[in-house]
Amino acid sequence: MQIQEIQEEIVDEFAMFEDWMQRYEYMIELGKSLPMIEEQYKTNDNIIKGCQSKVWVHAELNADKLIFTADSDAIITKGIIAILIRVFSNQKPAAIIEANTDFIDEIGLKEHLSPTRANGLVSMIKQLKLYAVAYQTQLN
Amino acid sequence: MFDVNKIREDFPILNREVNGKALVYLDNAATSQTPQQVIDAIVDYYQNYNANIHRGVHALSQEATDKYEQARLKIQKHFNAEKAHEIIFTSGTTHSINIVANGFSLLIKQGDEVLVSAMEHHSNIVPWQMLCERTGGILKVIPMNQDGELLMNEYDKLLSDKTKLVFCNHISNALGTINPIEDIIVKAHEVGAAVLIDGAQAAPHIAADVQKLDVDFYAVSAHKVCGPTGVGMLYGKSTWLNKLPPYQGGGEMIDEVTFEKTTYAALPHKFEAGTPNICGGIAFGAALDYMNSVGFEAITKYEHELLQYATQQLLEIEGLRIYGTAKNKTSVISFNIDRVHPYDVGSILDKLGIAVRTGHHCAQPIMDFYKIPGTVRASFCFYNTKAEIDILVAGVQRAVNMLC
Repeated sequence: MQIQEIQEEIVDEFAMFEDWMQRYEYMIELGKSLPMIEEQYKTNDNIIKGCQSKVWVHAELNADKLIFTADSDAIITKGIIAILIRVFSNQKPAAIIEANTDFIDEIGLKEHLSPTRANGLVSMIKQLKLYAVAYQTQLN
Repeated sequence: MFDVNKIREDFPILNREVNGKALVYLDNAATSQTPQQVIDAIVDYYQNYNANIHRGVHALSQEATDKYEQARLKIQKHFNAEKAHEIIFTSGTTHSINIVANGFSLLIKQGDEVLVSAMEHHSNIVPWQMLCERTGGILKVIPMNQDGELLMNEYDKLLSDKTKLVFCNHISNALGTINPIEDIIVKAHEVGAAVLIDGAQAAPHIAADVQKLDVDFYAVSAHKVCGPTGVGMLYGKSTWLNKLPPYQGGGEMIDEVTFEKTTYAALPHKFEAGTPNICGGIAFGAALDYMNSVGFEAITKYEHELLQYATQQLLEIEGLRIYGTAKNKTSVISFNIDRVHPYDVGSILDKLGIAVRTGHHCAQPIMDFYKIPGTVRASFCFYNTKAEIDILVAGVQRAVNMLC
């Protein structure tokens, strides 16, 4: 699926919930099912700065697509990463670089996170895109 | 007679909703809410006599100056300072501590030792580290036990004729421990060291008597005692304050200025450069009036009841551990749930309208001591109720059900 389609799917899913407690419950479930990063990649180099809970992200190329794995010590944070990974993982670097992230505003994710978590979210997206830029350079 | 329902009527913010739920405000150790009486004092200032102080000849300036200096007298009386000029208006506890740390950089020599407790807020660690970096002084730490109590026998061992300064909070913001500052001060004085007590967390619970304590410096923020943010005070014995150099240069703090030399104003103005937070200072005075009208004896008794009730109720939750179990503690409960990150608990509580603090509480060394990333901290004020504690406990239980 294209990034845009996945984003629309997520927006639809979030619209089904009545309140933010339900959305949190959903994010917690997503967090629990997050593709876990391998222990060897949980290094200081892979920690995303700007998150108050610890977040590790690892990226590797599979043919021409970028695969992200991640982990966090906080479960709601893991849920947020799980959403981002669903959108951006297994996509071509060029598509990741170009993708807009309007869906985050549409599902109201940012305004329902604490300011520190919202900053963390911005840092996470930036980091995923940075990985894409780095791997795109490799592909070129 | 203490009546919490009547007191709650004084705090308009307590009527608001958060996320569609009645606000349950349990982040009082971060900042306390503001009663109508203090809000009125702020409005009165801007509506009726807003002017710069200590300068103008006109009526408004005179009125503002009088009210500002009256506030200083209220603070002096509240903390029982011997002289009004021993009360320096500051922007808050951090500013107060920095005035002293900066001043001592001229008095500390290479090899001199400064002692700091293991449970300090970053604001009472970093300025001293900076001081030691500048002067070659050595920073030593008074350790604590698992309950969050200072090891006084270790303190005794650390003290020597090299000790020049001791810093300790009166009450720990992260753990709620009430430290034995009387003892700390007496022992420091025996070796000739000066003592600064960070009273930020104590001021809402205890009316400290600086003369009885014989403390050299005591620092407080107004916003922890139902006053506004951005204002606080430094108490210093006048002998010390006269010895320390000014912290900032500017207007107000001068006696005479020529391009060759400036002589400084007398206390307290020497440390009050520039136009101060006039309204804030006046409102600080109004806040202390309010606190005293409720009465510290009644506050202490009621908050102790809240603490006991909340501790008992929270401990019923499986996997919940409280950090800071000192025998002598105030109405702060720092806790974690087994295998759950404090941010997750805090986020869910927020959605339920419950305001708590999560994180390291600007006291990373304490979190390192317990080997945890942070805690959830519920801190109670005299306007909180047992019904609110029930809501907190139910909220935590709900978070546990969702997260575990």
